[in-house]
Amino acid sequence: MTDLAASPQLTTSDVLAGLGAQGYLPDDGLATAVLLALRMRRPLLLEGEPGTGKTELARAISAWTGGELIRLQCYEGLDASQALYEWDHARQLLHLRTAEAAGAIGSVESLEGELHSERFLIRRPLLQAISHQGPVPPVLLIDELDRADDEFEAFLLEVLAESSVTVPELGTFTAEVPPVVIITSNRTRDLHDALKRRCLYHWVEHPDLDREVAIVRSRVPDAPEVLARQVAALTASLRTLGLHKPPGVAETIDWLRAMDVLDQMELELDAVSSSLGAVVKYREDAERVRAAGLAELIAEARAR
Amino acid sequence: MLAEPAAGPSIPGLLDALRAAGLPVPVGTAVLFVEALGQLDEGVDSIYWAGRSTLTHSPAEIELFDGVFRSWWLDEAVDVASFVRVLQRPLDVDAGAEDDAEDADPRPEQSDGPDDDQDDDSFDGPNRSLRFSATESLRSRDFATLDAAELARIAELLTDLRLDGAMRRSRRRRPSRHGRRPDLRRTVRASMRTGAEPLRVHTTVPTRRPRRVVLLADISGSMECYSRVLLQFAHVAVTSGSPVEAFTIGTRLTRITRELMIHDADRALERAASAVPDWSGGTKLGLGLRRFNDGWGVRGMARGSIIVILSDGWDRGDPAELADEMRRLRLVAHRIVWVNPLKASEGYEPITRGMAAALPFVDDFIEGHSLDSLDALAVLVAGELSR
Repeated sequence: MTDLAASPQLTTSDVLAGLGAQGYLPDDGLATAVLLALRMRRPLLLEGEPGTGKTELARAISAWTGGELIRLQCYEGLDASQALYEWDHARQLLHLRTAEAAGAIGSVESLEGELHSERFLIRRPLLQAISHQGPVPPVLLIDELDRADDEFEAFLLEVLAESSVTVPELGTFTAEVPPVVIITSNRTRDLHDALKRRCLYHWVEHPDLDREVAIVRSRVPDAPEVLARQVAALTASLRTLGLHKPPGVAETIDWLRAMDVLDQMELELDAVSSSLGAVVKYREDAERVRAAGLAELIAEARAR
Repeated sequence: MLAEPAAGPSIPGLLDALRAAGLPVPVGTAVLFVEALGQLDEGVDSIYWAGRSTLTHSPAEIELFDGVFRSWWLDEAVDVASFVRVLQRPLDVDAGAEDDAEDADPRPEQSDGPDDDQDDDSFDGPNRSLRFSATESLRSRDFATLDAAELARIAELLTDLRLDGAMRRSRRRRPSRHGRRPDLRRTVRASMRTGAEPLRVHTTVPTRRPRRVVLLADISGSMECYSRVLLQFAHVAVTSGSPVEAFTIGTRLTRITRELMIHDADRALERAASAVPDWSGGTKLGLGLRRFNDGWGVRGMARGSIIVILSDGWDRGDPAELADEMRRLRLVAHRIVWVNPLKASEGYEPITRGMAAALPFVDDFIEGHSLDSLDALAVLVAGELSR
């Protein structure tokens, strides 16, 4: 496959079709944002409720364009040696001992040069993405950036702005094919304005009913259509109950699978009640759902 | 479709309207927007999505953008006043607010950086929290009894205060002679100096960083005589450099960290005040906490943090809801401190419905009516006293 992103003919409908073929069904706004990210080679920052498919988008783009997916999961204390590169110190030490045992130690300079050659370099996700040889640009997913700390964010900003990485002992790596960068955040804290300004921004919403039905059907193709629609409708109404953890699309898919495993053709109270744990993950939430009247909710969902 | 963007609604017109409504649009961002337009087909949808992707950076900004865009497209006069409230963010962001972005060290964290002199112990020293130096009778007086001049003096004294969360282990490590985990990088490096013979195994220890402190200030009518001082306190805390977040709770929840994040105290307070729509109204603590838990706290902000609730516990909401939300908060927070200015009054019993519902989930219940008591709060939060 060639570099889709470079194609000036790429349109929003191509993005819709391309991602759709991978079972990812974005709305027009998200498709436009993806188009812009590909064409303008800007990072795309996705925020939104958990379970709205932010991470999944990166997978879908990777599967569609054929670009390798490189994922960096952020966490507190994430630093350059985990995100960028690290020397394989254990092998370096081994190399030293071997050289010594073989009596092959020449000058310290040449030994140091050997130790800092590429074979001892461990490429972490950011360096992998930047030193990627193409021809298809890799998809770099920087997941849950809000979990990393400020220091890392500032560092990431520099890497993104320069599209290059300097390893003092080796020289500078510059991206030949700039990666497609997808950044996700759950908004547990503010990201820096400077970082946001570099990115295109999209707030990912829960899909509307028709889209959600289409999404779950593409994921659980064996389930009856009627059931898929009812499960999606019921999940959508659960989201309006003010639960602590409103179910996302992933939960809808899980629930439909559960119903399918239970050989349900339509929503029935017993099956819904016993499989509620697939969508509602807190005891208080389950109580709230039962208090709202499971039978009525099911009747409503069946009518939609 | 837009036949001719220059006729009727124009792109510069849209940008002007957005700026007038309070959306910050730096030139670089505007250029990005125009660049995005060039990538898309003509049409109002393209203008909308190009604008939304490039000009907005948060749900609040999207809401504002939507409103302005609709008016602009329909060629209506944009009602600026109605949008300003939406964004709850001042027009010009003071340089101070950007400080942290500019100052942040852009270089990768070097694990083999020079050994700094600080030992672990120095973090725990009693001088870590700079507290009040002046000993004045004012310090122990109830804020509610002070006149304007005395309150101004209090505001001055407040600036000596720091609110640093207790230290916890970070996942970052730094070199140290006393560590247990080998630092192979430095060991290999050092062996170069000794003829490729690793003579000494270098080691690392975890660094320590302060826990985040989250201030939830009740700004309802019953707290009126304390609200201003407590907000000044919040300002000092937020700008002191430690990770501190500030929210107000009245009939709704408002995050004011960004507004307070400038050094000029008067302007910071002004900004915070204009961001908060529910000054001196009723209190719905349960609802406010719920919004906090859903939107921020349980998602991550409260995890391992020290939560400081500044409230007299007078609540018109449902005590059961308050108890539920306190329970949720309790599950994720490191410690919950409830600061109640009324506690200092003689014969005070925490019998108001709200206070009684919340109390079982509170680790520390302290007074907060005077400078001395805020000083005590700083000591408590810094973890210098045991529970």
